[in-house]
Amino acid sequence: MDARADPLLPKRFSDWFAGRGWHPRAHQLALLEKAAEGRSVLLIAPTGAGKTLAGFLPSLVALSRRRKKIAVAARSRAGTHTLYISPLKALAVDIARNLEAPISGMGLDITVETRTGDTPTHKRQRQKRQPPDILLTTPEQIALLLSDPEGRAMLADVDTVILDELHALVTSKRGDLLALGLAALRRLSPGLRTIGLSATVAEPEDLRAYLVGQQPDTPRALADWVVADGGVRPDIGILSSGERLPWSGHSARYALEDIYRTIKAHRTSLVFVNTRSQAEALFQNLWRINEDTLPIALHHGSLDVGQRRKVEAAMADGSLRAIVCTSSLDLGIDWGDVDLVINVGAPKGASRLAQRIGRANHRMDEPSKALLVPANRFEVLECQAALAAAHRGEQDTPPLRSGALDVLAQHVLGCACAGPFLPDELFSEVTSAEPYRTLPREAFDQVVAFVATGGYALRTYERYAKLKPQPDGRLRLAHPRLAQQYRLNVGTIVEAPMLKVRLVRSRAEGRRTPVGRGGRMLGEIEEWFVDQLAPGDTFLFAGEILRFETIRENEAYVSRARSDAPMIPSYQGGKFPLSTYLAASVREMLADPENWAPLPDQVRAWLELQRQHSRLPLREGLLVETFPRANKHYLVCYPFEGRLAHQTLGMLLTRRLERLGAHPLGFVASDYALGVWGLGDLGAMIGDGRLSLDGLFDEDMLGDDLDAWLAGSSLMKRTFRSCAVIAGLIERRHPGLEKTGRQVTVSTDLIYDVLRQHEPNHILLQATWQDAATGLLDISRLGQLLRRIRHQIAHAALSRVSPLAVPVLLDIGKEPIFGDAQEALLADAADDLVREAIR
Amino acid sequence: MRPFSAQLQTRRFAPVCHDISIAGELVGLHDSGALWWPDGDTLVVADLHFEKASSFARKGVMLPPYDTAATLEKLAEVIEAFQPRRVVALGDSFHDANGSDRLPASYRAMLTTLQLGREWIWVTGNHDPIAPVGLCGETVDEVALGGLMFRHEPRADAEPGEISGHLHPAARVRRYGRAVRRPCFATNGHRLVLPAFGIFTGGLNVLDEAWAEIFPTQAFSVFLLGEARLYPFTASRLVKD
Repeated sequence: MDARADPLLPKRFSDWFAGRGWHPRAHQLALLEKAAEGRSVLLIAPTGAGKTLAGFLPSLVALSRRRKKIAVAARSRAGTHTLYISPLKALAVDIARNLEAPISGMGLDITVETRTGDTPTHKRQRQKRQPPDILLTTPEQIALLLSDPEGRAMLADVDTVILDELHALVTSKRGDLLALGLAALRRLSPGLRTIGLSATVAEPEDLRAYLVGQQPDTPRALADWVVADGGVRPDIGILSSGERLPWSGHSARYALEDIYRTIKAHRTSLVFVNTRSQAEALFQNLWRINEDTLPIALHHGSLDVGQRRKVEAAMADGSLRAIVCTSSLDLGIDWGDVDLVINVGAPKGASRLAQRIGRANHRMDEPSKALLVPANRFEVLECQAALAAAHRGEQDTPPLRSGALDVLAQHVLGCACAGPFLPDELFSEVTSAEPYRTLPREAFDQVVAFVATGGYALRTYERYAKLKPQPDGRLRLAHPRLAQQYRLNVGTIVEAPMLKVRLVRSRAEGRRTPVGRGGRMLGEIEEWFVDQLAPGDTFLFAGEILRFETIRENEAYVSRARSDAPMIPSYQGGKFPLSTYLAASVREMLADPENWAPLPDQVRAWLELQRQHSRLPLREGLLVETFPRANKHYLVCYPFEGRLAHQTLGMLLTRRLERLGAHPLGFVASDYALGVWGLGDLGAMIGDGRLSLDGLFDEDMLGDDLDAWLAGSSLMKRTFRSCAVIAGLIERRHPGLEKTGRQVTVSTDLIYDVLRQHEPNHILLQATWQDAATGLLDISRLGQLLRRIRHQIAHAALSRVSPLAVPVLLDIGKEPIFGDAQEALLADAADDLVREAIR
Repeated sequence: MRPFSAQLQTRRFAPVCHDISIAGELVGLHDSGALWWPDGDTLVVADLHFEKASSFARKGVMLPPYDTAATLEKLAEVIEAFQPRRVVALGDSFHDANGSDRLPASYRAMLTTLQLGREWIWVTGNHDPIAPVGLCGETVDEVALGGLMFRHEPRADAEPGEISGHLHPAARVRRYGRAVRRPCFATNGHRLVLPAFGIFTGGLNVLDEAWAEIFPTQAFSVFLLGEARLYPFTASRLVKD
């Protein structure tokens, strides 16, 4: 692997490597080789393996050679040579900075520019006239460029497309959008090669197929792949605290001192938590005990961009000792020397943990060091399972998604914006993208009909069609105004409506002035969260305790609060369900006491008690406990299939129990268990055969019961709204353009109801169902569970709560209780008045 | 928690109202959003917004074309329940001035059937300032019947007894940290504003500034539409959006 000996690496490059005391790594050279052979390739490498440089090396070499041949005058007419696409704007900016070193170091005449939502219009225009050699951008920008003839011209010569963090991109609708964009690019520039950069994944073949064009009725085409040396095995530990392990909760407060001491003992620590509210709480608590005033910072997706950049910069120059962060830092931006990753709470997935741990120690010859801090007893089990997986190097990244129909609708309109198209041609282009490889022609035609006229069986909108058939069979955009609309609506991220959070002087501070204006912007927060607040309520945000003052237009005014006991935001940003793989490992560990050896004494004692008082959850089957408590009867089961699947199961179970006369009152779902309570004695009903557990948990609940529940489900309506926005049925909400009052807009809930009643097979409902099945409702996983446990349900009729059920019951009151409670809530509120009147 | 399918089936309206007095006239608020005035043998509905979806479709927003049918069905059910001698459509019956012209033939026939054997008054609204094309019924800007005055847009200086629509009243109630928002009737005993009856119609919170002229003080009540009942609240119990 002597660099000088490699014929593919020009001398200028090998000298540059040598000058820095480096030598090109094997996978970097392998990528050059693939480029020379004209092959697309997937590079799997851990963070810090020089992955980015490896991805760019073939382009840099090619461009350095091209310059010698092309006259300067011809340069401005050449299109972009290499596209780099990343899921994060920040990553594009970061990479631009990192490319600076080799390009200027070798004196290469290569232009590199970024193009993101933040790029000013004049620069974008200029880029179309004078395309840079290398363009760093995002999937949305690719879609925008492809919807515009000038943009297409700029991309017509693209030679290489580098897709960074591919494992993260492909699991979302942005991945679908990008896949369609790639398919269009391939048609535009047939010789195009792709280079995918990815962390280790469970199914590399999926990503390899994503990178290349697919043909109908043939086996999947695959890109080549290169796996970089995985480096040293990580050094992972689970915190063993002298404190008592909590039964429930997610705050890990018990371990605060331990976490602080660990931070102190290391140079720079990344402290990962699962939700923004946990990040806020932990950050606050760490500062409370920060006697040495260590520079500890906070980073999460709701904070103001300026503030985040400041933290990132401080991290880069090594002036921080710790950052408390959420998944906003999951993706591979390089900052300084992190020597420890602390993961507070459950890791939720083996691959997620591996990626987080990979953030520590970016030198490959030293092990990454990580500490897991479980916040409660169930999380101890999960941490143990994740640790075992990490040692075996096993992965549980989600499988490749099948392409979403709402994204396809958006893409079809985008194509029409670029010029008239033949449906047959577009269909073969679309199905060359791996996520849409098996898309039936009928579904494609439905999508095109949806874009044109809404696609309703009642063909009443032909005369208003957005796509007009031409004599040659092409479909043409009916009006240029539609292209403008498309540009405003492009993208697949439909955010919950957000309010800006602005710091002002408190009204309570005496002076009777109106709430001050023009304070500092702290970040953004979900509208529904602010909706719950009354003026004077306090909450944690941006690391401070804030007092809610009022709402002005789309800003929430807050002031600094004196209180030290805030009402903590309960918003759940970034909550991931437990991966199937970890769930299975946890069940396996629980079922057999032989596996308990690595667990802390407290947890072993807890499980031992469970064995004595009830029984242990089963590896394949399902344990169902029933017991009475305080005038109510409880049913607790332990499927370990993640919160989302449990919520859906809870909805369906209460519906069935209601019908069976068991009078369920509510349920609570965690990642591990589901607890239902009601007035009927469930234990007795099971005991005397009035209630059959096999019948209760029968898979047929996914038929009519599910259907009936979904009709009114707010989860389904939320999912529908985002599909409707992505597909372009309704327009995105744009800040500042919301002048129209509520009485003029049409609520998507109403559209959903009407559509469901009159056209239940409409393409948008299909898209909604597809989303819900894998997303918020996790129906696919629930189906797997019900099939797994069939005829394997063990019932333990207890006289009192079991040790395992304690955490579940403790969650009641902390977690939202579900049920179709709107009417009950109104009745309750209205009856209150009656009581008041009588009194 | 009733199963949803059962809710759909029992959604036939019963002719049971919440009775209140407006300027001395007894009127019944119905959970469909319609008003039943027994002494006038009259059913009043506001803001039907027929053909709203097709109005949007003309601008390229392809909403499902089922709103007219769904609103008509609901109207038919309420008429079936009360068998009124007279129906007053309180303005914005069509989403735009061409709406009645676009009305598909089958819906036109259905509407004509509903009009058979009863007096039908189209009050004009800001969306439909002219008489509907090719439909029966009398078109008026406003009409006084008994002690009541029916007009589309409530007036700040109205005499007691005004029955109006236009504003699409809706209200929000918060409890246990959760909020519920529903269309509602809004009244101070002198005037009454009806919720929009059309399927594709949103609502305007009664605490919005637009209401300040209609109910200058907080001394008014709302009746939120619920499942087979109404939920009464005084304005002081409501929250803003």
